[in-house]
Amino acid sequence: MAAPLTLLLVVAVTIRAALFRSSLADLIAERVEVVSPLNAWKRVVEGLALLDLGISPYSGDVFHETPLIIYLFHFLVDYAEITFMIADGITAVALYIAVKEYNKQVFRKQKYALEADRYPLDCLELIRSPKEMYYIPLKVAMFYLLNPFTILSCVAKSTCGLNNAVIALFILCTIKGSALLSAIFLALATYQSVYPLTLFAPALLYLLQRLYIPVNIRRPSFWWYTLQYAFMYLGSLFVIICLSFFLLGTWDFLPSVYGFILSVPDLTPNIGLFWYFFAEMFEHFRLFFLCVFQINVFFYTIPLSIKLKEHPVFLIFMQLAVISIFKSYPTVGDIALYLAFLPVWSHLYRFLRNVFLVSCVLLACSALFPVLWHLWIYAGSANSNFYYAITLLFNVAQILLVSDYFYAYLRREYHLTHGLYLKRKDGSEATLVLK
Amino acid sequence: MGLLSDPNRRRALISMLTRLNAPICVVCYMAGVAWFMGLAFEPFTLRTYMSENAMGSTMVEERFPAGERALATGREFAAHKKKVGGMPVDWLVKTMQSQGLEVFTQRFSRTLPFPDENKERYVVEGTNVYGILRAPRAPRTEALVLSAPCSPGNNNNQAVGLLLGLSQYFRNQIYWAKDIIFLVNEHDLIGMQAWLEGYHHTNTTGMDWSPLQGRGGSIQAALSLELSSDVITSLDLVLEGLNGQLPNLDLANLFYAFCQKIGVLCTIQGKLQRDDWDTASGYSHAVQTMMLMVLKQASGRPWGDHGLFLRYHIEAASIKGINSFRQYKTDATTIGRLLEGMFRKLNNLLERLHQSYFFYLMPSLSRFVSIGYYMPAFGLLAVILLLRALDLWVQLSALPSRTEDGIADIEQVSQTHLGVLSVLTPLVISHLTGVALYTLPIRSQEMAVEHFPVFETEAVVLTAIAIYTAGLALPHNTHRLVSGEGTEQGWRVLKLVAVLYLAVLLGCTALINFSLGFILALTLVPLAAFITPHVPKLLSALFMVLLSPGCTLFFSIFFFQELQETPVNLQEGWVLFLSVISQGILDHSLYGSLVYPLVALLVYPCWLLFWNILFWK
Repeated sequence: MAAPLTLLLVVAVTIRAALFRSSLADLIAERVEVVSPLNAWKRVVEGLALLDLGISPYSGDVFHETPLIIYLFHFLVDYAEITFMIADGITAVALYIAVKEYNKQVFRKQKYALEADRYPLDCLELIRSPKEMYYIPLKVAMFYLLNPFTILSCVAKSTCGLNNAVIALFILCTIKGSALLSAIFLALATYQSVYPLTLFAPALLYLLQRLYIPVNIRRPSFWWYTLQYAFMYLGSLFVIICLSFFLLGTWDFLPSVYGFILSVPDLTPNIGLFWYFFAEMFEHFRLFFLCVFQINVFFYTIPLSIKLKEHPVFLIFMQLAVISIFKSYPTVGDIALYLAFLPVWSHLYRFLRNVFLVSCVLLACSALFPVLWHLWIYAGSANSNFYYAITLLFNVAQILLVSDYFYAYLRREYHLTHGLYLKRKDGSEATLVLK
Repeated sequence: MGLLSDPNRRRALISMLTRLNAPICVVCYMAGVAWFMGLAFEPFTLRTYMSENAMGSTMVEERFPAGERALATGREFAAHKKKVGGMPVDWLVKTMQSQGLEVFTQRFSRTLPFPDENKERYVVEGTNVYGILRAPRAPRTEALVLSAPCSPGNNNNQAVGLLLGLSQYFRNQIYWAKDIIFLVNEHDLIGMQAWLEGYHHTNTTGMDWSPLQGRGGSIQAALSLELSSDVITSLDLVLEGLNGQLPNLDLANLFYAFCQKIGVLCTIQGKLQRDDWDTASGYSHAVQTMMLMVLKQASGRPWGDHGLFLRYHIEAASIKGINSFRQYKTDATTIGRLLEGMFRKLNNLLERLHQSYFFYLMPSLSRFVSIGYYMPAFGLLAVILLLRALDLWVQLSALPSRTEDGIADIEQVSQTHLGVLSVLTPLVISHLTGVALYTLPIRSQEMAVEHFPVFETEAVVLTAIAIYTAGLALPHNTHRLVSGEGTEQGWRVLKLVAVLYLAVLLGCTALINFSLGFILALTLVPLAAFITPHVPKLLSALFMVLLSPGCTLFFSIFFFQELQETPVNLQEGWVLFLSVISQGILDHSLYGSLVYPLVALLVYPCWLLFWNILFWK
């Protein structure tokens, strides 16, 4: 399996390198769908220039990246293109290994369950065969590397690619069961963009599951482990933030990065839901709706963790999707990360209901974004409502996609315990309805 | 959400849609066409009204007195033009300077990719002259432009004369709050392109021009004047700009309002408006006017010198003086007054024209159809594609569930892999053909001229047609390279991809240029809906070729000539067809018109995909 992966990496790097050399690179780097005020390369360069002049990069309102990133590029600025390509490569390989490991575990679990005769007889169709699972890791890597969204994001040198790499490494370490590394990478991801904070719950659930510690609030072992993991996480977060402070010598970055993410002062249009609302809103409602919108991102953690506590990896996928839909400055790079997980759930295909609708809408919206942007900004004949309508549709499609997968996952689990062909009490065939 | 989550209701709806797919599609198509034809019917259209407050309630009085003198200046200009054999730069500079304007010139040169036979030019060199009247009443942050072309021969001398007359008169008025730029541009659109690029510091087409020495504020609106006779019978308003972009409707309203006020006959597309909408001839008149607008807009060409302003977010229109055999004539003083009135109203603007519509069609100068009314016509056509896609999707997802034993499943899996591969090959090959169609005609002109007895222009056009036709031969050997033979599932997947592709493509096109999108939808949608490998080959192939983008263009030319009341026979039509293609390619490389790349790189490959399906083996 190493050969196809290498080939894939070579192809991916070739495409990116060709695009870096073409005239399209400048165009892509300006697209609001691809770069946000947080991760635009232009802003990183500005921050670097200020740093070189001995001024705090956070003076002025341009640079919003974290200090570690700016120090990373302080050394790597000449090799930026290679750095971004490597970041994409790391993400793909990490996801590849992680998914391979995860599939092994899934298969092992399934084997035990089969041996224990835990599945009803009529759901043999739902049992996954090693043959169909064999290519899934490769497909995951392919979905990430060859996804046009990832390519665009990489060519635009959006630092989103680096965040994705950190999150992918976090997933890898979690699935491999290394609590310390998992906590460190989670802390790094949180440090980068706050929102991955919600991945704490699935990681903890996974590690607990791996150590056969039941999730039970009356058990001291549960609390002890939770405390350990939380300590590792908070400790590394603390170390990283202090490190940033010692690198820069000021606390400027806290309001400039986290304040910027949470209070959403920059209302440049993007593919998210924030900008239009906050541009239209009366000023005195701003704080209230800011809280509503931000709580919205974090809130889903609780019900999802309760519902999916047996399936932490699926929970990670759900959380990534929720973050990339509801975060304050989303870009297509964020979407690419959770889309890469879709092959892992390919066995849910038979339970999906809106795949056709959702993929049509996503495709159409991706094509309409630049068209409506052109009409609004360059031709001046359309206005922001046109663009926002497409943004809204795009996000609705994403939400439908995610909820569809959620429903399909739960339904498969339900069938695995209750049998595939459900009967009503009177013996007629029953159908499951989501209300 | 009931529909999305309740499986029973979903199944009922989907089975209804697939069962009645063909009739629904036919009904949608007819409804779409009927809706479109209905747009010209007067009770369904809205009367134009002035939306911009700054131009509505304020009264202005037109006092321009010096029409005769302007014509004399025009004659003087003509004499100097003849003497110099081109643009009389020195004379223009001197004249404008003597009026007290700040005068500047701009030199530009451009070598066309191949000789333009319509206008007989290849290496173009010229000079633009413009004078700026500085606003006495306000900070000079905004500007208006009045332009007149310096055309070869005896054309447009009166326009330049009137421009100079107006500049002299405007100079003596004190109420100007915006700079007024009087521009005389040489080599029509090429000069205009050079001037606009110079003004805005951009260079999109690789033209050489000297930088502008003087500038006004940001340009709010522009009028381009074309006038070739001392008296006129009517004024024609031209709105269609580059890529089918239209100025804000308020500019047309402004023109119409002043024509009414001063009592000048005004037309759009050269057609007067009529009152007898309830008669058949009245309705057909409105349809003709609207169809002319649709065809002009679909061509994506700038139909007057104003066309390039629109790209820079400047509302602009051309006003053409027409002298026909009608009894009642209008003199230059009246036209001058009309322009004065329009400029004074534009001068009152507090912000850019934005109140009124940007997306509209006009069945007459006093009536318009806005985007909300015409989009359903396109929507009804686009729905057909989505319905067909849904039908194909249902067919495709129904196929695997029929076989339930394991062996069949594995075959299915390998088939889907082949399916993906057999979809990818036609996609790649047809797009490569598209790229060849886009790049080769200009690249290979020298070679063609060397080997065949043709001129450069002919070489370019004929190469384009040759590649276009050669593309038809491709499908016979595309997918055989990959797999011995295509499967039943393979063409369904390919058709699904092609139908969705076409839907997205037409949707995007219709948003940018409704007319182009609609005309393409009108021809491509029926073809996309019915084509399968199982229809009679020869007949369908003929039908497909007749509905291909190239033939659509060919028919459009005849239709256009018919509407303009200058019908052509087949021979002339063919010559016109060739020249239209060369103009399309030139418009792309000179001004960045998008129609040629759109057709070559996207529409044509998409059509090839359907051609591929027809010959699926």
